[in-house]
Amino acid sequence: MQRHFDQELAQLKEQLLRMGSVVEQQIQRSMQALVDRDSDLAQTVVEHDRDVNSLDVDIDDTCIRLLALQQPTARDLRFITTAMKISSELERMGDLADNIAQRALELNVEPQLKPYIDIPRMAHWTMRMVQECLNAFVNSDPRLARKVCGDDDFVDDLNEQLFRELLSFMLENPKTITRAIRLTFVAKSLERIADHATNIAELVVYMVEGKNIRHIAPSVSF
Amino acid sequence: MEHTLGLLQLGQRVLLPGTSATSRDLTAETHMLSQPELHTKVRVRNLDFFYGERQALFHVTLTIRANTVTAFIGPSGCGKSTLLRCLNRLNDLVDGATVKGRIELDGTDINGAGVDVNSLRKRVGMVFQKSNPFPKSIFENVAYGPRLHGFRNKRTLDELVQASLEGAGLWDEVKDRLTHSALGLSGGQQQRLCIARALAVQPDVILMDEPCSALDPIATAKIEELVFALKDKYTVVMVTHNMQQAARVSDQCGFFLMGELIEFGDTKSIFTTPQDKRTEDYITGRFG
Repeated sequence: MQRHFDQELAQLKEQLLRMGSVVEQQIQRSMQALVDRDSDLAQTVVEHDRDVNSLDVDIDDTCIRLLALQQPTARDLRFITTAMKISSELERMGDLADNIAQRALELNVEPQLKPYIDIPRMAHWTMRMVQECLNAFVNSDPRLARKVCGDDDFVDDLNEQLFRELLSFMLENPKTITRAIRLTFVAKSLERIADHATNIAELVVYMVEGKNIRHIAPSVSF
Repeated sequence: MEHTLGLLQLGQRVLLPGTSATSRDLTAETHMLSQPELHTKVRVRNLDFFYGERQALFHVTLTIRANTVTAFIGPSGCGKSTLLRCLNRLNDLVDGATVKGRIELDGTDINGAGVDVNSLRKRVGMVFQKSNPFPKSIFENVAYGPRLHGFRNKRTLDELVQASLEGAGLWDEVKDRLTHSALGLSGGQQQRLCIARALAVQPDVILMDEPCSALDPIATAKIEELVFALKDKYTVVMVTHNMQQAARVSDQCGFFLMGELIEFGDTKSIFTTPQDKRTEDYITGRFG
């Protein structure tokens, strides 16, 4: 039996995907603004953060309305509560993209500290995690979601590696400290975005299987 | 004199938590601690039920723990009310009804030889969909059962009626008009009066067959609160078509479909992560 409620759930899913694609674009643009030293683009990212925020509010409204009026159960309930949480995770990702853009604005007015190699590499992996966690959500694919959770360690390692490298710049020449710290902030933002992608992936596993794998050591959950 | 003594004890049981002599002595705190060790009150094993040739229940097996609320849900004609009526042998009154399998109350087969149906129904009370007060006073409605069981002492009857009405959350609303006709009460009050009437004969188990289906949301909320409170002293089994009600008040929930028990488990799991697709489809409104 096709329910009117199903159409509303499909619309909610669409809203989330729209938000996901806006956030992906924000992350991608913020990195491009840094690597290409394009401050106009960085400014665009900062301005578009309010779009992400407003999508978050819209999705929350939709979820609260559906909870109140449809009193969902089982997989519908899991879908709606997961959608609310995914929306918050995406909103945080949007804020982090905004942070990266602001650091880019600061860095772009100074000489480039070093060729950007590892940061774009880290961004590539992070964006892949974001795309895959959203694909896992769209296709209700817990296998892909679990893979995303596993990939987080790699991004963490890259962040650690970058931190060590930037520390060596700072130790060698204190004049680099400001730029190096800004770059560590960028790396930290990417690392946090990957954490949010992991959170979304864990939520997808719960949504599909009803099994909570959050805050459980990987050896137990996988 | 013996009767009087028995009645006083009976009155005490209404007022105090727990149904056994030992649990009556427990403090509230230790009573709570003992909750995980709830014992089995009703055990149904491979139950088949027939209305003449037509089979209404197929191999139903489930266990109901004492001092819990169990809800049976499912589409119309799925057998949930039939099972409920099997638990106090109300189906004995239906021509051509046949029961196979076993239903135990505290370990005793309720269909076994030598089981007195009246005593069984005293232990397993029932509240129906439509409130059915007797055309008598409020007091007489509640005192009727105990009187049938031979209780005459006025003081003890007064205590029992008060305790039962308090237990049903109705005392404060009717204490000044106990001699008035029960038919003058509102629908929700009449239903709570029926619950008080069931409590007055000191049951162990209370069966409720869609107790709120004819009530407005406020009266329904009162009954639900009452059901929640009743499980301190009694084991409650209810049939409901209102899924949110089952989700709100029950500890365990069974989903029936075409005479089969499809899934039985703790209510949280049934409503968040049901294991059977048919349960999921039913509770999410995809069929039924």
